[in-house]
Formats: sequence, structure tokens, C-alpha cells
Amino acid sequence: MRETDRRGQNGVGRLARSCSVFAIGGAAMLALSSSMAVEQAFSNLRPQPLRSGFETMSPATQAMQARDSDNPAWFAVEEGARLYQQPAGLQQRSCASCHGDARGALREVVPLYPRFDETRSAPIDLSGRIEACRVRHQQAERLPPEDDRRLALQAYLGSVARGLPMTPDPDPRLQAARARGQERFNQRIGQLGLSCADCHDRHWGQRLGGSMIPQGHPNAYPLWRLQWQSIGSLQRRIRACLVGVRAEPWSAAEPAWVELELFLQWRGAGLKVETPGVRP
Amino acid sequence: MSRAVVRVPQQVRAGEVIEITAMVAHPMETGYRTGDDGRIVPRHIVRELQCEFDGQTVFRMTFFPALTANPWVAFPLRAERSGLLTFTWTDDQGRVVIERAELRVS
Amino acid sequence: MSLPIVRCLSRSIVNPARRRGLVRFGQGLAMASLAVRPEVSQADAARDRLQAAIAEFTQGRVMVPDSTRLRIEIDALVENGNSVPIRVSALSPMTDTDHVQRILILAPRNPQPQVALFHLGVHSGRAEVATRFRMAESQSLQALALFSDGRIHRAQADVVVTLAACLEN
Repeated sequence: MRETDRRGQNGVGRLARSCSVFAIGGAAMLALSSSMAVEQAFSNLRPQPLRSGFETMSPATQAMQARDSDNPAWFAVEEGARLYQQPAGLQQRSCASCHGDARGALREVVPLYPRFDETRSAPIDLSGRIEACRVRHQQAERLPPEDDRRLALQAYLGSVARGLPMTPDPDPRLQAARARGQERFNQRIGQLGLSCADCHDRHWGQRLGGSMIPQGHPNAYPLWRLQWQSIGSLQRRIRACLVGVRAEPWSAAEPAWVELELFLQWRGAGLKVETPGVRP
Repeated sequence: MSRAVVRVPQQVRAGEVIEITAMVAHPMETGYRTGDDGRIVPRHIVRELQCEFDGQTVFRMTFFPALTANPWVAFPLRAERSGLLTFTWTDDQGRVVIERAELRVS
Repeated sequence: MSLPIVRCLSRSIVNPARRRGLVRFGQGLAMASLAVRPEVSQADAARDRLQAAIAEFTQGRVMVPDSTRLRIEIDALVENGNSVPIRVSALSPMTDTDHVQRILILAPRNPQPQVALFHLGVHSGRAEVATRFRMAESQSLQALALFSDGRIHRAQADVVVTLAACLEN
């Protein structure tokens, strides 16, 4: 199993465990997919009732997220707050020099992302927006998507918007991309032939292996995933799902990531931003 | 290692036993993981946390690789009087993180 | 897997009736079979590590093996071995004459059994500590506490770790 993730989990007994779990998980997944084969296709409605992944976690894990001083992701927020104020790039401008206090106007737009980027005439997620700002307006160096500094700024802005509801941008130019995201959500992929909908629409709340399947909302990202022992983006989490069904993850430049996020945001609209979340 | 956060209860009465929490940013690399290159990622962990109250050691903890990344601990202290709590984390590369907090006792 | 076959061979060859002539050969094969039975030597090594960790803590002192004065609070079933909260508390007035000096948490089936070592004192006021750690697999955790009277108290807790269904690697 090729490791597609830069930061894998603790290596202890990993090979033996992953082989045995693949056998168990694979069998469970195959049972799941064969039962689905006889079910009818259905159109995506929002899950009812809408439940954040927070609600499917154990009380101990919930407690980690509930208090900032208990939240391992909090350091990324503090780092993001610091970077927000720090002059950067050839322009030696800080985010604050243009945007002022993040708790002002910026706070209101964070829950709208992904939005339409005029310059590239394409949808852009918050991570891409921050990077675009850095490159265009600060003339700062490019950073890879999972770079700690990019995640920190995302975590900071997300935390500033904490408590606001996820609000899909009604911009009509996003509609086509959102529809493609919905197709992705329903598309069966990978060696296990599963779609996002198979697990997260039909079987949320049920158990797969030792875990409870969440509805799969993007409202807590970036978040600290216990399995990663680090903070990570929505993209990283989706990549893990793709690998989980034994599909080839999309390349970084593919619009699929933002398209899927557009749909996920619509699907979970109204759920409160929880950034920085903690998840198993 | 650049950050730490501690939680010290407010409005503490003299003689009360309080619980203090302390968390430090650290990857706590176990030394058992293999990286992308197939080689073992070297161990890099916090070695010790020491908490002093007005210069006197009131708590010490020895860390081992089993502790989580961004390790967190809760420990007790009998609050006798107001003073300064100093938290010092030292890791296996000799890096030190220091955090301070006031303990206010009425 | 060839390991069981090697074990069978070593037993059948070292036949008591023919032992004298075959001792060296049998021994060699037995030693070779030990070398190719990694699961046995790994368990031995883990046991040795655990004993060494306990010995280092107890320094030969008297141990109360199933102490009612020491308690481990932990979920019996853990959904995620990557971050397991644990709380250990000892019954002690924490006075000059009766207090807990050290608490050690052990996870015998982890690559290294020690998890954390806490140093307390009279000023602690209470013998209670909590932290988060990683568990490689289901096991019987141990906590050891050194009291000021020189006695070691021990508590155990069985914890089952379930595995995530979708591993990334």
C-alpha cells in the first residue's frame, strides 16, 4: 500500500495491522457495496437531521475540541494569528495591512468559501484564496497546500469565523462547479467501487470497523486528526477517503477538490464553523 | 517547539487543591514510524516538564514516546498563596519552551 | 510460512533414544528454530522490557499488586488508539508522613512500556494526574505509585483498542 500521505500514523505494527484491517475492512466494504448494488439510485438531499461530525465523537474527543487550552490544533491558530500580522514577501505587507482586524469584514466572508476568483475565472477555496493573496499582493513565496503556515492562516481565519453557519455563496458562476461536485459525490470509484454517498449518505451513524461513519461535512477544517497526530486540511482528509476505497487520489491541480468542497458546503449549509476541529 | 498553553483556575481560595493543565506544541516523533523514503523517522520527543512555583519545583513529568503529539497533562497543586508559576519543557534536542502564569489566591 | 515446519522438525529429530549422537545437530536446529520464531522472542523481549521498567521504578521495594489505593480511569473500549485519555489517582492525604512521590504508567504491549512518569509531593495536595497517550494495541495497562512509606502500589486496567476501518497507509 503506497503511502500517499506525508505524515502517516505511528508505525508500530502498522504493516501487520493494515493488512488485517484491509482484510476486515475490505470484506465489510464489499458486503456494503454488494447490498448497495440492489438499491435504487437516489438524488442527494441533505442528510436529515444535519449532524456535525462532532456529535458522532466520543465525549473524550469532544472535550479536546471544546476548550482551546485542551485543543491540540490551537497552536496552529495562534501561529496563524501571528502570521496574519507579520509583514511578508517583497511587498513586506501583512494580511492585516489590507484586511485590518480579521474579526471584522473578513470574518463574514470566511464561511462563504469556496467562492469565485475573478482573476482565474474559477472557483477557489479558502486555502487557495490565502495563497493567491500571498503571491499576488504580498509577492511572497508559494507554499504547498499542507504547509504549516498555510494551514495556520486557514486555521486562524476559520477560528475567527467559529460559530457562524456555513453559507454557500449564491454566486451563479459557482453553480456548474457545484453540480460537478455533486456528481463526484455520487460517483463510485476505486477498487472497492464506493462513492462518498454510499457511506456518508446511506450509512452515516453506523459503524465500519471500530469507527462511526460521520455525515462528512467540511465545517471543522483545518482540524487535528488523531490518526494524523497533526493538523490537516479538508483536501488531506478527502485524499485519505480516496485511498481508503483504493482509488488514485486526484492530482493537486485538479478542480475536483474545490468542486467537491462546493457541494459539501451546500450539503452541510447551516452547520456552524467549528474550526479548529478535532476528529478521530 | 515554539508554543505552549496552560490553564490555571481563577478565583482560588487559600488551601484549595487546584488542577492545572499544560500543553506544548511538539511533534512527539516516536522513532518507530517509517517516512516516505522508507527510512525510520528519527525519534524527537519532549523529555521533561518541570513546573515551579516562585522558584520551587511543584511538579515534574518525564515524557516517553507513547505520549501524543502536542502532549497534554493535568496535575494538582495545593494553592497556598499568590505567585508565579513557571512551566519548562525540555526536549531531546535540548530545546526549551517556557511558559508563565500567575496564580492568584484570595 | 515455514516456521511451524521448522519447529516440528526440531522436535522429531531430537529423539531421546538417539539424543547422544544428535545433541549437537539437535541443539543447532533448536537454536536455528528459535532464531526463526520471531513471535516468541518478541514476546520475551517485551516481557523483559516490562520487567526492567518495573524494576527500575520499584528498586526492590515491597509491592502491593492489586491496590485499592490506586485507581486508573480509562475507557474500557477505545475507538482510537492514537489518543487515549487516562487519569490515575491514588488515595493519599498528601501530608509529610503520608504522600505519593511518583506515579508511572505502563503500556506493556507498546514498543516501549513506559508512558509517563509523574513526580509529586506534599505541595501537590492530591495524588491525581491525567494525560493522553498512544496505544499500539489492546492490552492490560499498569500504573505504579511510590508512597512515602516506601511501598509501591499497583493497579491494572484492561483496554480494548478498536481499529479504524479506513487506514490511509
